[in-house]
Amino acid sequence: MSTATIPRPTKPWGLSFRQSIPDLVGAVATLLISFAIVGYSPLKGKLGFVATLLIVSIFVSAMISGVRRDRKAALNSISTVMIYVAGLFVILPLVSILYEIGRRGITGLSWGIFTTDMAVTSSDAPLDEGGLLHAVVGTLYIVLIATVFSVPIGILTSLYLTEIKGRAAGTIRFFVQAMSGIPSIVAGLFIYAVWMIALGNQYSAFAGAMALAILMIPTVARTSEEVLKLIPSDLREAGLALGGTQWRTVAMIILPAAQSGLITAVILGIARVAGETAPLLLTMGGADALNLNPFNGNSSAIPFYVWKNFSLGTENAVARAWTGVLVLMLIVLFFFSLTRFLANRKGRV
Amino acid sequence: MRGFGINFTTRSPSRNHLSAHFILGNSSITHVSTAAPTLPPKRVITTKPRFSDKVFRAVVTTGGFSSLVILGLISLFLLYNGLNVFKSEGLKFITGFDWIVPQPDAGVPAQYGIGAMLWGTIVIGLIALFFGFPISVGAALFLSYYAPEWLKKPMVLVIDVMAAIPSIVFGLWGYFILMPHAEYWAKIIHKYLGFIPIFDMPAPVFTRSPFIAGLVLAIMIIPIITSITREIFAQTPLDRIQAAYALGATKWSMIKAVVIPYGRGGVIGGAMLGLGRAIGETVAVYTVLNIVFDIRIEVLLSAGGSVASMIVNKFGEANPDELKALMASGFVLFLVTLLINFLANFIINRTARES
Repeated sequence: MSTATIPRPTKPWGLSFRQSIPDLVGAVATLLISFAIVGYSPLKGKLGFVATLLIVSIFVSAMISGVRRDRKAALNSISTVMIYVAGLFVILPLVSILYEIGRRGITGLSWGIFTTDMAVTSSDAPLDEGGLLHAVVGTLYIVLIATVFSVPIGILTSLYLTEIKGRAAGTIRFFVQAMSGIPSIVAGLFIYAVWMIALGNQYSAFAGAMALAILMIPTVARTSEEVLKLIPSDLREAGLALGGTQWRTVAMIILPAAQSGLITAVILGIARVAGETAPLLLTMGGADALNLNPFNGNSSAIPFYVWKNFSLGTENAVARAWTGVLVLMLIVLFFFSLTRFLANRKGRV
Repeated sequence: MRGFGINFTTRSPSRNHLSAHFILGNSSITHVSTAAPTLPPKRVITTKPRFSDKVFRAVVTTGGFSSLVILGLISLFLLYNGLNVFKSEGLKFITGFDWIVPQPDAGVPAQYGIGAMLWGTIVIGLIALFFGFPISVGAALFLSYYAPEWLKKPMVLVIDVMAAIPSIVFGLWGYFILMPHAEYWAKIIHKYLGFIPIFDMPAPVFTRSPFIAGLVLAIMIIPIITSITREIFAQTPLDRIQAAYALGATKWSMIKAVVIPYGRGGVIGGAMLGLGRAIGETVAVYTVLNIVFDIRIEVLLSAGGSVASMIVNKFGEANPDELKALMASGFVLFLVTLLINFLANFIINRTARES
């Protein structure tokens, strides 16, 4: 046996130190020029510096590659800088949003807010008084009721699209896609027209839940359809070949096989509607006291609580609103991570 | 294939291919093809759906049609409630820009027109696209062709989280954090570009302007457009990409010559979906926009409109008559967003099928 020597991998296309000198000089020059421009022009602040830095870096990098190679290389480096910036702009808002929610929401956060409501406390009162128990209970109610109504409809729709494949499947798929784009306020107006005007009911958590159910159906249906599509058709054929009816095949084989994916679809739907505000403003009436009856009487939800306190605008009320936002985000992110966890646990489906 | 069926292809003893198609739930179809003349008579397989299957199919079909029914009911109820307003206002409901609540005692007749709100909605939607669209397409290109491997997964996660953030959170963030920055930039734009009519300022109030509402909306629609655009870009055939590189193209020339032409339809569809979301957005716009019933072209001025936010704005103290006008506005909003979504999905589906 001869021992083969494995050559060390090299990168002949890589730049040597000498070749990268212009780039380094360019980077330093970019920084210096930006400092100079920010120093001597009306632009100020971090944002102004970043903007100047961007524009200068585009110019400098284009000049370096233009001189070194040609116009195409210059265009390439301009587009590269701009695409990196676009990538950065997608991340920046989220970082800012999460940071500010944490920073501003933490001031009002304590165990006390989960055990009291605002029945005897005004929003201006010190932050250690009152709480959002009524809003948490309201959100719990509406999410539960909305889930109960939308999940059967959503999963039946996806079964129609994947198992029955009826003549209308294409049309229904198209309408469900379009339905996921209807504005939430329209769902609220619709429930108001049916539940309050036509049927003469009062504001209630149930009405809010119905509006959310409308928004939740398309999410559940579309995600479930994706999940059911991934079930191998071998399973269906095996079920039928063993003499099962279609009903038995779907109920005993397909649905159990898709179980974790379907749960993910449901939780995605919940994450989608848990933070909806607009339809609740039209259907729940808002309340400061805990209302344990979801079918009658004004009630509140966390988004409604945030909205109400934000609208008041005083210092303590706004602090309460930020605390509400923090709680809301924690709930949404909890459900969101749950979908990720479920999706990763058993591979796909 | 209609219904659900099973294809059998078996080899018969007489070395002929026997293929039988039968469809459950329908009457039977048996199809036997042969090359040899000596064959047993055609086999007829009949299947009768069981009772449980009939029930199952009926229930699932009902469930499948329920979303159509809900959409129909929405348009029916909103139209029915707003019908009187449509009748009395006529075309003025769309073109007029006065919203006057009737006062029978003072002899003031009702006048409802959402022209200014529709105009304002278009303005903030376009501003949102102006900022959001290039960033989204850039980010999708970044994710597909520029980002290092370790960054891709976290960045997709970031985009998904952004899509899950409730609109009220964007509203609060936009009002307290983005607005001061945006106000500063609006002042700079006005100072240096004020001679252009749309950047003019009749009064020096820079807060709660269409510009700021458009910025907040831009951030809200970035996740949608980015994820759709990325999916479309991912379908670009690899051999064309490599062919472009082999011909000596730079990354940008490759994108310009291969990726963009391939994904154009999907990118446009994604932008339209984003526009649809921007038009229907209610709470986030309401917090950062001062709603004024007036058609204005000055985007930096603290006066704008949005149909969805106007509905929430007026709903609180609306009398039954005004409520009907709000229902009519909701109907218009519903139709517009449905139309945009139809068109967008149509374009995206067609692009996805072609490639």
